[in-house]
Amino acid sequence: MTEQARTASDPLAPAHPNLTDDDLRRLLRAMLLQRTAEDRIIKLYYQGAIAGACFTGYGHEAIAVGAASALGPDDVAATLHRDLGARLVLGMPLGYYFANFLGRTGSPTRGREGNLHIGGLGPRILLHIDHIGASIPVAAGAALAFSVRQEPRVAMALFGEGTLATGEFHEGANLAAVLRLPLVLVCWNNQFAYSTPLDREVAGPIVDRMAGYGMPACSVDGNDVLAVYAAAREAVDRARTVGGASFIECRTMRLRGHSEADDASYVPKALLAEWQGRDPVARFEAHLIETRRLTSAQAEALRADALAEVDAAHAWAEASPPPDPGELERGVYCEGRPWP
Amino acid sequence: MTYLEAIGDGLRSAMRADPSVVVLGEDVGAYGGAFKVTKGLLEEFGPRRVIDTPISEAGIVGAAIGAALMGVRPVAEMQFADFISCAFNQIINVAATSAYRSGGCVPMVIRAPCGAGTHGGPFHSQSVEAHFFHTPGLKIVMPSIPADARGLLLAAIADPNPVLYLEHKALYRSQRGEVAEGLIQTPLGHAAVKRPGRDVTVVTYGMMVHRCLEAAEGAARDGVEAEVIDLRTLLPLDLETITVSVTRTARVLIVHEDRLRGGIGAEIAAHLGEHLFTSLDAPIQRIGAPDTPVPYAPALEAAYLPDADLIRDAIVRLARW
Repeated sequence: MTEQARTASDPLAPAHPNLTDDDLRRLLRAMLLQRTAEDRIIKLYYQGAIAGACFTGYGHEAIAVGAASALGPDDVAATLHRDLGARLVLGMPLGYYFANFLGRTGSPTRGREGNLHIGGLGPRILLHIDHIGASIPVAAGAALAFSVRQEPRVAMALFGEGTLATGEFHEGANLAAVLRLPLVLVCWNNQFAYSTPLDREVAGPIVDRMAGYGMPACSVDGNDVLAVYAAAREAVDRARTVGGASFIECRTMRLRGHSEADDASYVPKALLAEWQGRDPVARFEAHLIETRRLTSAQAEALRADALAEVDAAHAWAEASPPPDPGELERGVYCEGRPWP
Repeated sequence: MTYLEAIGDGLRSAMRADPSVVVLGEDVGAYGGAFKVTKGLLEEFGPRRVIDTPISEAGIVGAAIGAALMGVRPVAEMQFADFISCAFNQIINVAATSAYRSGGCVPMVIRAPCGAGTHGGPFHSQSVEAHFFHTPGLKIVMPSIPADARGLLLAAIADPNPVLYLEHKALYRSQRGEVAEGLIQTPLGHAAVKRPGRDVTVVTYGMMVHRCLEAAEGAARDGVEAEVIDLRTLLPLDLETITVSVTRTARVLIVHEDRLRGGIGAEIAAHLGEHLFTSLDAPIQRIGAPDTPVPYAPALEAAYLPDADLIRDAIVRLARW
C-alpha cells in the first residue's frame, strides 16, 4: 500500500491555472487553521474538557481544503469527521467547532451532538450523517434537487475508503450514475477503517471499481492540496457542465488513531513515519516558499493568524452557555428554525 | 373514487399546485407503479419530477432526504412496505434525527403499500408501523377511506417533517367514497369517530376500521353500542379523542392488524392504564395478529388476521364485563 507514496521532497502538482497566488495562500491558511484547531481540541481532550470522543482529520487537510475549494458558491457538500477544513472553506465559523465539542449552545446543534458532527449549516453544508455510507445517497439527493430544478449546482461527498464496503455507498453511487446526477465523490483513502487495513476492506484497486458504475475516476496524492484541487475542479466542472458523477481517490494516511482513544498500535511504525514525513501542511508551506509565493515571514504570520483565530473561536465557545436541561425535548420536530 | 385513485389524485393535485413536489421510486414512472397509483404522472409532469429509480430503498430514501434538504418536496415510494426495512437506517438515523440535531427540516413523504389480505406472503404483507413508532422525529399516518387517503397525503406533503404514509393494499380497490377537491387536507394528529356508541370504545386504524365497523353493527344486534375510532395518524397519537371517548364508555378495545406485542395498541393501553385507570369499568382489551410472520396460504392468512366475528364477540364480552 505504500508503493504509491511519494517522499516529502517530491514536487507538488502544478497549480491549477485558476488559482492566483492569493488563492494559494488561502488554501494554506485553511489547512493551517484545521491543524491548529485540531491541535487545540486534542489538548482540550487530554485536559478532560471534552465530554465525549475526539476525532481529528490529522493528515487529511489537503483533501478537505483542496476538494471543498473546488466548489462554486452555490454548491454543497456532505462532510464527515475528518473534514474540518472543508467546513471552514464552505463558511462554517470556527467557533461552532469548539462549541460542538464542548457541548455548548453556541453550536448549531445546541449540544445535541458532539465532535465535528455539525451540519445543516446554511444551504452549503449538508446535515452531518455519521453512519458510514449513509451520506452518499443523501448527497446524491442534493444533486437530484439541482437536476429537478435544472440548476447549475454540484453536490460533493467526502468520505473514507471504509465507505466503499457499505451497501449505501453502492446505492447512492449507482443512483447518481444512472440518473446522471451532478455529484463528486471524494474518497480519502487513509488506509485504515479504525483498525482494519485496506486489504481487508476492499479487494483490488479502489478506482477500478468505479468503471462498474460507468463513472470517471482518478487517484491522486491526497497529501498534495494542488493535486486534490485540480482533480476536484475537473470533476466539479464536469458535473456542472455535462452532468454525471465522478470519483476521486485521495491517497493519504491517518496520522493519529481512529479517535484519541485509539493508540493505533496496529499501524506499522515505518508506515506512519513515512507519511508523517509527507505532512500535507508542512509540505504545501515548503512548496509555496520554494516557489516564492510565500516568504518565511509570511508563513510565520499565517501561523500566528491561525493561532489567534483558534484562540478567539475557543474563547467564544467557552463563553457560550451549556444547554438548559429544560430544552431536552425541544425541536424533535421541525420548528422552522432558520439555518444559522 | 377508489382508495387507490384517491392517492393518485392527491399526488396529482399536490404536484400541480407545487412544482417542488416530485415522486421517486421503483417503476413509478413509465410503468405507473406496481399498483398503478402513479399512473399518468410521468405523462403530465415529465421525467424530472417523476423519477424511476433502481431497486435501492436506502438510495431512494437517502436521495429524498438530500433533495428535501435542498428544498424539494419528495414523495418516495416503497414498492411494498415490507421493503422499507432496507431503508431503515436512512429513516431512523438520518431523516428522523435531522431537526433535533441541527434544526435541518426534512419535509418528505415515504409512501408504503402495507398490510395483509392479498395473499402476498411473508415479504409482501407486513404491517411496519411499530418498527417506526418508536422513533422520535417521524410522523406516521394510515388512512382507511378514500377521503382520508387523499387528505392525509396532502397534509403529509405539506408537513415539514418526514412522514411515513402507510396505504393498505387490501383497501386499494375495495374502498370507494367521496373525496374533497383541491388541496383540502385531513389534518395530521386527529383521529375520527367513525361510529358513535355509548357502551364500548373501539380504537383501531387501517383495514381493521372496516372490520370493527362490521363488528360494531353485529354487536348492535345484541344491544351493545360500540364507538369506533379510526386513529388515521399513528404518530403523533390523538390521545385526546381516545380519552374523551373512553372516559364516557369506561370500556376500551384496541384492534390492529399488526402484531400485538410491542404494537401501537400496547402504547395506547399503557397510556390508558396510567391515566384513566379509575375511569375504567373493565380491563383494557386488545386484538391483533399473533407473533408470527404473515403467512401465505389463504387459510393461514385468514387465521392470522383478526376478523369481524372475533371483534364483535370481544365488544359484546367487554360490554357485559
